[in-house]
Amino acid sequence: MPPPLIRVASLGKSYDTAAGPFPALRGVDLSIECGEFVAIMGHSGSGKSTFMNLLGCLDTPSSGDYFLLGRNIAGLGQDELAALRNRAIGFVFQGFNLLQRMTLADNVALPLVYAGVEREQRRQRARQELARVGLADYAASLPSRISGGQQQRVAIARALVNSPQLILADEPTGNLDSHTSEDIMRLFTRLNADGITIVVVTHEADIAAYARRQVRFLDGLIVSDIATPAGAASAC
Amino acid sequence: MLGEAWAAMGSNRLRTALTMLGMVIGVGSVVLMMAIGQGARYAVAQTISTMGSNLYMLISGSTNAGGLRSGGGGGPSLTVADAEAIAELAGVSRVAPLHYGRQQLVHGSSNWNATIVGTTPAYLDARAWTVTSGYPFSDSDVRSATRVALIGQTTADNLFGADDPIGKSIRIQQSPFLVIGVLGRKGQNLDGRDQDDTVVIPLTTAQRKVFGTPFPGSVRTVMVQADSAEAMPAVEQRIIALLRQRHRLREGQDNDFYLRNLTAAADSAAETTRVMSLLLGAIASVSLLVGGIGIMNIMLVSVTERTREIGIRMAIGARQRDILSQFLLEALMISVAGCLIGLLLGIAGALLVNAITNMVIVISGGSVLVAFGVAAGIGVFFGLYPARRAAALDPIEALRHQ
Ligand SMILES: Nc1ncnc2c1ncn2[C@@H]1O[C@H](COP(=O)(O)OP(=O)(O)OP(=O)(O)O)[C@@H](O)[C@H]1O
Ligand SMILES: [Mg+2]
Repeated sequence: MPPPLIRVASLGKSYDTAAGPFPALRGVDLSIECGEFVAIMGHSGSGKSTFMNLLGCLDTPSSGDYFLLGRNIAGLGQDELAALRNRAIGFVFQGFNLLQRMTLADNVALPLVYAGVEREQRRQRARQELARVGLADYAASLPSRISGGQQQRVAIARALVNSPQLILADEPTGNLDSHTSEDIMRLFTRLNADGITIVVVTHEADIAAYARRQVRFLDGLIVSDIATPAGAASAC
Repeated sequence: MLGEAWAAMGSNRLRTALTMLGMVIGVGSVVLMMAIGQGARYAVAQTISTMGSNLYMLISGSTNAGGLRSGGGGGPSLTVADAEAIAELAGVSRVAPLHYGRQQLVHGSSNWNATIVGTTPAYLDARAWTVTSGYPFSDSDVRSATRVALIGQTTADNLFGADDPIGKSIRIQQSPFLVIGVLGRKGQNLDGRDQDDTVVIPLTTAQRKVFGTPFPGSVRTVMVQADSAEAMPAVEQRIIALLRQRHRLREGQDNDFYLRNLTAAADSAAETTRVMSLLLGAIASVSLLVGGIGIMNIMLVSVTERTREIGIRMAIGARQRDILSQFLLEALMISVAGCLIGLLLGIAGALLVNAITNMVIVISGGSVLVAFGVAAGIGVFFGLYPARRAAALDPIEALRHQ
């Protein structure tokens, strides 16, 4: 059996605050297999974003281990972490985080710049991914010209452009109305059906219902981890 | 990458332009000052090269008969015989007694005032002064005090205009002189006097017909040329010893002549302009430095403003060195673009200075290259700190930045 895509063991994260170290995660154990669609839930301040940032290699744990594709992240240098963020993981933020000065196509192509892909190939791949999220006609537009839902699709296209195995989305629908949120979740469902592993943070039960597994955080610990009726993970 | 840096610069045009202006002014003033400084050095070098090499000027004081100073009223202490004795000294290649002063010249209805130099043919040789048309006078002209004249370009132009002066007659102090040659152009000397406004005539003729002297056989000045620059200090000692002996000066008595090392004077003039041009360059460099600090300032502001962008880039896989090179490239582009514009403006300014003041300017490929290298260096130097700050940002902190 291959190693799980993600395995964390006794994962802890403390933040240095004026009042001393604050433990945002206090020993989390979790495995996510390739092809899963996981919703992470919990109250505000329960440590969801902290956890996602660790999974996304944006931050390093204070204690415990994180194995991505069977490799321990702890020993990796800055450049190797950057390479993982670039190729293995696509991150989707609540606030979209597109670069306002660039066209949508350039935004989508940006990870390919850091992957060292040729310009012409970058253009092709960016158009391809924009088409995948239904925005082929907007390649030359600027982010400020399109709606929030469309911006989030562009952000997803950007996350997809380097063909990562894992998409991490921290409250991707937090800034969107319920109708648009459903669109985004259907897009994730489709991507998951294509074999991409998806981890979504959300506060809303109807959003979480799109996932096939719901993990609940409370005060830096996992308090429940249940499979939903949506069914088994897709093959990848 | 280049396109992105360009776009980043274009996103705030006014600010980029103002930052660039600092570099433009810096590079422009360096180029202008270097052009003026090098021009001055070139002009001095040119002047020195017209002077002749390894020269002394021996100037007579007053005679010191019977141990009593006769003051300003006395005759010149130097004699033609002194000059001939000096010519025998080791290390001396040429000796030319001189008598000179300004006189009115007349040719037909034209009038002109020029410096008359009465001397021997050795003078022209010592000063490497050629006769461009006609021929020079000879030692026999000096012996027989013939009334022949060599005239400088300025004198020729003013007295004869477009006519050929050779074979024409000019009058100096009522005496007619036959123009037998025109001297090559020398330009200004170190004091700024026009060396071409000159008439050179035999020494003896000058003494008898032009200046008149109550002391026949004495001369006011003697030009001495040494064999080589290395020989000059020794030759100087020998001349002084010889003249003191010939003039029977006792120990403790002052020299009754002055020996001026013209080459040393020229060297010090060259040194002065060298220092001046260095000073100009240094002052201009300060503005280049200020321009560089302007770049650093704006890049720091830019890093702060774009902290979130940096976070996003890191989140999607930018390595630290990608961020570093992005900001470094922007700084470099501003400084190089500013440098290019500054270069053009500096050259234009130098040409303008040349057109208005007639000052010699020299724009060398070297100085342009130096300005360019310095600007690129400033871009890297002052861009590095902000770029490193950007690259060292923590992705999470940067993403949280509003
Ligand atoms: N950089 C930080 N410095 C100090 N404390 C922090 C920092 N980031 C998070 N925290 C604290 O850690 C705890 C967990 O934060 P986290 O952002 O992970 O919560 P969350 O579950 O994502 O909440 P939300 O649902 O509001 O996004 C919170 O109490 C928060 O105040
Ligand atoms: Mg959160």
